[in-house]
Amino acid sequence: MKEKEPLFSTKNLKLLTNPLNEDNPITVQVLGICSALAITVKLEPAIVMTFSVMAVLAVSNMVISMLRNLIPPRIRIIVQLTVIAAMVILVDQLLKAYAYDVSKQLSVFVGLIITNCIIMGRLEAFAMTNKPWPSFLDGIGNSAGYGIILVIVAFFRELLGSGEVFGFPVIEKIGLYNIGYEDNGLMILPPMALMLVGVIIWVQRSKNKELIEEN
Amino acid sequence: MKNFSNTYIFVFSAIMVILVAAILSSAAMLLQPKQQKNIEIEKKRKILASIGIETTTKNAEDLYGKYIKETYVVDVKGEQKEGLDAFSISMKDEMRKPEENRELPVYVGVLDDGRKEYIVPVRGTGLWGPIFGFVSFNDDFNTIYGTNFDHDSETPGLGAEITTQWFQDEFKGKKIFSSDGTFTSIEVVKGKADPNSNNQVDAISGSTLTSKGLEAMLHTCLSSYQAYFKKQLN
Repeated sequence: MKEKEPLFSTKNLKLLTNPLNEDNPITVQVLGICSALAITVKLEPAIVMTFSVMAVLAVSNMVISMLRNLIPPRIRIIVQLTVIAAMVILVDQLLKAYAYDVSKQLSVFVGLIITNCIIMGRLEAFAMTNKPWPSFLDGIGNSAGYGIILVIVAFFRELLGSGEVFGFPVIEKIGLYNIGYEDNGLMILPPMALMLVGVIIWVQRSKNKELIEEN
Repeated sequence: MKNFSNTYIFVFSAIMVILVAAILSSAAMLLQPKQQKNIEIEKKRKILASIGIETTTKNAEDLYGKYIKETYVVDVKGEQKEGLDAFSISMKDEMRKPEENRELPVYVGVLDDGRKEYIVPVRGTGLWGPIFGFVSFNDDFNTIYGTNFDHDSETPGLGAEITTQWFQDEFKGKKIFSSDGTFTSIEVVKGKADPNSNNQVDAISGSTLTSKGLEAMLHTCLSSYQAYFKKQLN
């Protein structure tokens, strides 16, 4: 029997913090871009989406990690997908029962968590070869990393696209409309999310030169 | 990695599928009454919103009991139909039926000052999916008192703007019959609506298809109520 590792050892903490920056699922691994385009028009759905993804990813990671020695490698992708799909349906049902308004806002996107590449990516790359607790932390860390980008993108899209933050009309209150400022309609459309993610990737890499890929 | 036999794989997948199915179906069964309740409360909130009464999820039931005094069902000829519960009728099913078989709910709301408002449901198609709502009329069965619209999957910031107050307020005071009594419904106009017009409202810029869908929805649904409206006046 090995020596017992503390729950929040440096190694485990790294699982939580790495995805926030140098191992970010969106800007570094470039996964989960599709949903980053879809639900970042406003801040509120982006935040709820983050928590939904967090619940799904953390629990699926843990379940898969517990089963990792029992899952036959030949059907592992199917098993992973079944676990993810089951979790997503549960989250969707729970939201409908206990947070009806929010679930209406997210509409189809909750169901689409199933197709979020980050989740399958983490199950396949991490949970299949690690213990349940680190897998759980890895799930939390990665979904937080995903969420941070969503929130940043959603903040700028809501502010520049509809002139609001959390539905509060900031631009109107400052009085920018009176001097001829207009909301940028392009911000509401999906392509701008991609460009904003691009800008974040640029800023992040110019700060941290190690992330720059070699061609 | 270990080698697993085919039998093991079959047994493993069978157990997994049965387990997952059991978990999901029991979750669905346990949560269903709560979800159903949410849907009902939401419908009540929308009905009340169309006569300008603000509700929260908590007080919706009480306020519904307080303001909605009467509900009944009419057919396309304007005759009242007996023995039907207006609240449980789904417009989704009714709009699929041929016009003469439709069962059309009417909710009668009584405001604090004693005025009666007549609320009818509407349902149609936007750009990506269904749009629906409630329209309330004054007792001249012509002037719109208020509206409430909602949607399933219109684009946020564009088509989804039909749920905003400014858009719904545009309909207040508009008339669905012209001065000579022909049914005109409400026109949703791209650009600027004529401020003197009785039946034009501004469309939402950037969401022509949702706006057009809304116009068509009002036209088809309200035209089914035409006979009922006219009958009430005579």
